[in-house]
Amino acid sequence: MEQPEQDVVEQTVSANLPRLETRVQPPSTVPGNTIFEVRNVSIWYGSFKAVTDVSLPIYENEVTAFIGSSGSGKSTVLRAFNRMNDLVPGARVDGEMTYRGADLYARGVSATAVRRRIGMVFQKPNPFPKSIYDNVAYGPRINGIRGKAQLDEIVEKSLRGAALWDEVKNRLKQSGLALSGGQAQRLCIARTIAVEPDVVLMDEPASALDPIATLAVEDLIRELKQNYTIVIVTHNMQQATRVSDRTAFFSVLTDSKNDTRTGILVEHGSTQKIFEDPQDSRTQAYVTGRIG
Amino acid sequence: MSTTMQADPATPAGSAAGLKPVRSLGDRSFQLLALVSGLLVLAILVLIAITMSQQSSQWFTSEGWSGIFSTDWDPAHNKFGAMTFVYGTVIVSVIAIVIAYPVSMGVSLLLNEVVPRRWAQPIVYVIDLVAVVPSVVWGLWGFLIFVPWLQITVYPHIASAVNDIPILGNLFGFLNGNYVSGASFFTAGLVLAIMIIPIVTSLSREVIATVPREDKEGAYALGATRWEMIRGVVWPHSQAGIVGATLLGLGRAMGETIVVALLMGSSPTITSHLFTPGYAMPGVIANQFGEATVGVFRAALIGMGVLLFAITIIVNLSARAIVNRNVRRIRGTA
Amino acid sequence: MAVTTDPGVVDLRDPSGWRQAKNRLAVGAMWFAFICLVVPLGFVLVGVIVKGASKIDWSFLTSSTIPPPTLPPLLAKIEGTGGIGAAIVGTLEITAFASVIAIPLGILGAVYLNEYGGNRPLARLLSFLSDVMTGVPSIVMGLFIFTVWVIPHGLTGLSGMAGSFALACLMLPIVIRSSYEMLRLVPDSLRQGSYALGASKARVTLTVVLPAAAGGIVSGALLAVARAAGETAPLLFTIGVVTATNGNLFSGPNTALSTLIFSEVLQPYPNAVAFGWGAALTLIAIAFILMIAARLVTARFQRYSR
Repeated sequence: MEQPEQDVVEQTVSANLPRLETRVQPPSTVPGNTIFEVRNVSIWYGSFKAVTDVSLPIYENEVTAFIGSSGSGKSTVLRAFNRMNDLVPGARVDGEMTYRGADLYARGVSATAVRRRIGMVFQKPNPFPKSIYDNVAYGPRINGIRGKAQLDEIVEKSLRGAALWDEVKNRLKQSGLALSGGQAQRLCIARTIAVEPDVVLMDEPASALDPIATLAVEDLIRELKQNYTIVIVTHNMQQATRVSDRTAFFSVLTDSKNDTRTGILVEHGSTQKIFEDPQDSRTQAYVTGRIG
Repeated sequence: MSTTMQADPATPAGSAAGLKPVRSLGDRSFQLLALVSGLLVLAILVLIAITMSQQSSQWFTSEGWSGIFSTDWDPAHNKFGAMTFVYGTVIVSVIAIVIAYPVSMGVSLLLNEVVPRRWAQPIVYVIDLVAVVPSVVWGLWGFLIFVPWLQITVYPHIASAVNDIPILGNLFGFLNGNYVSGASFFTAGLVLAIMIIPIVTSLSREVIATVPREDKEGAYALGATRWEMIRGVVWPHSQAGIVGATLLGLGRAMGETIVVALLMGSSPTITSHLFTPGYAMPGVIANQFGEATVGVFRAALIGMGVLLFAITIIVNLSARAIVNRNVRRIRGTA
Repeated sequence: MAVTTDPGVVDLRDPSGWRQAKNRLAVGAMWFAFICLVVPLGFVLVGVIVKGASKIDWSFLTSSTIPPPTLPPLLAKIEGTGGIGAAIVGTLEITAFASVIAIPLGILGAVYLNEYGGNRPLARLLSFLSDVMTGVPSIVMGLFIFTVWVIPHGLTGLSGMAGSFALACLMLPIVIRSSYEMLRLVPDSLRQGSYALGASKARVTLTVVLPAAAGGIVSGALLAVARAAGETAPLLFTIGVVTATNGNLFSGPNTALSTLIFSEVLQPYPNAVAFGWGAALTLIAIAFILMIAARLVTARFQRYSR
């Protein structure tokens, strides 16, 4: 497990910690390819430094969870992977972020091309005001696929992949807005995988859903990781332990002298290690619920 | 003006019965004043309808329904059919919105979706400039500069180019011989379009601003280009509202007086040829009122005013209904 | 690491040229739409300035007689006879009186709708009707005042005041609407704080709500005045025609810049046309000044309300 180079790191012995009473996945086998490599990345919104000096790897076909309190920069880092921060005026990324070896922020890199390969599911399900079919077909259509037979096939495949096909197969023409929260979110997932991305980013995908829908989405995530790499931001620690192979813990660094706050990456590693044997006291405090 | 809570000395202290607020005369008169001011709107609208209909009743009794809507307008011979003017108003306004709709849509998308916020302000100022130019100045420039220019350098070429093409020739070709007129349906419609674009744009921008940010992000996250996002997400959300905004522009165009008085050619004609002169209701009222001192002539002009009043109200009602329904549904405000 | 097309390294350059081309084409079309709007504006402004500036001098602006259109231009230049002073005075007076009527009534009406009316059916009806009224053509307002004022009074009804009535009818719904929007923006917490101190609704409105919305209301009112100053149709049937300054708003026909321009346009005499340009430049200047004033008030107001 790598320790990020920070000035403020306390090594503590975890012998006195109570054991976490949740089911934690055993560490997966040796991590495969590195999909993302993040090196000393800081992200600014104008003059506000949202996140400072983050470094971590993301491995293929794994689920990596970003956990941490509000304002610690988890979503900011997530959005940097598919260049969604570009939509915010004044956003800037320092440091290096590579995807399969290619620098995501190099000159000449097209954000559109990046997003085609790195998809995103949002916290609030956002189906388009179109039919279920057209929602899923939107991505393939803008990528040039026009043939009806082809689109039909893609739509079915994606809806099956999102575990939604059986529920909607007879009402594909119905508006996507008519679906319940859990179904709508699975529709958004189907829409995302319809363009056959490499990676699926998820920003608190289940936080707006009821518990049953949440479990359905979590099951889906476990299935999806066979074919995709998944990075998920979550507020729910139990969720992180249920679905993820790897976990990264973010926190807020307050500089009381300048009255500034910024997000930092405290620790990352296999989920089991982070939850059962964290190295940093702040991680310890968070995962045992002592702090938010 | 103050409210005093007066406890009735007869009731024991602490009982609620004596704590009725006593509102001073000042408070009540203020409220009354405000109410009356609000009611003014109702009063004026009702008065307009009643008094003007009264004044124009002579027109109706003299011509009857068929006469009013006949195409025969000849004051010298006591003929007051208004059809040609209704036709002119409709045609000119339709031309105006056909031109204004795409231009307004383009400008509002430009401002809301394309241009960074800092640059949007100067563009909005320019649009406001267009709105603040008085209509009589548009009329002056239009009549003295625009119309002659069109008549000499633009219309003849277009007309000869399309004269023999089936539909285009009927719209933009020559009527008789080589005649086109700078002062015509199309010119008036064009200038009207310029005049209504600011309001249609401003309303369209309001509608486009209600598109939820999450939907737009969803499209971008799928790797859409900006145009693809606009077409896939912004368009469906705002189509109805933009149509409503355009209809509101239609209402404005129908009521505009000076432009149709000066730039239409003032010839009551019904024709499909847009490069020839025509006449619209507000135009004829403005131009001929001086000669219509009494009698049926004046009643007819006032009657056309009533007609205009009714038509623009109907158009505005439908437009507002569409815009409000679209904007409020998503904003969730009352 | 640079973007490369080596096999084995991901290609992250722009997607197919066709999609980017459509994107650029669409944005280009939007700019084209804007240009289509700017070009005529440019021509009008340039035309009015070029043709009108030569006519404008102090005597033109202040001279209180309007010469007949048949006056040969040579004569006009030599003697410096005539000017649009009468029309300027007319426009200013008529618009001012209309504002004095419409603005207070409009603000009070908006106060009723927002502070007293709430969701009651009458209030909703009146709000709806004032929306409807903003769409009534200005010529109908002119005909209306002609019908209810000029006809009963005969020719003596033609006066600046009648024109003011017509303009006031035009301005009223505009002022109501813009004031209403401004009043709505005043946070309820301000009202609550004042009520909690025992103030009556009238007092709350006058001492807290209206001052808070003042900037926006004034700005909206200025824009309504700018609109009214430029209007022609409501005045055509109500103020008559004169060729000399009539300072008396209440009796006798009057003239205004807008109606003057309208009548000069149709004259075939060059001097009349030149007059029209000069008057148009003056009128635009007045409208611009009012618009800029409205902007300044808005800017100031925003600064103080943050």
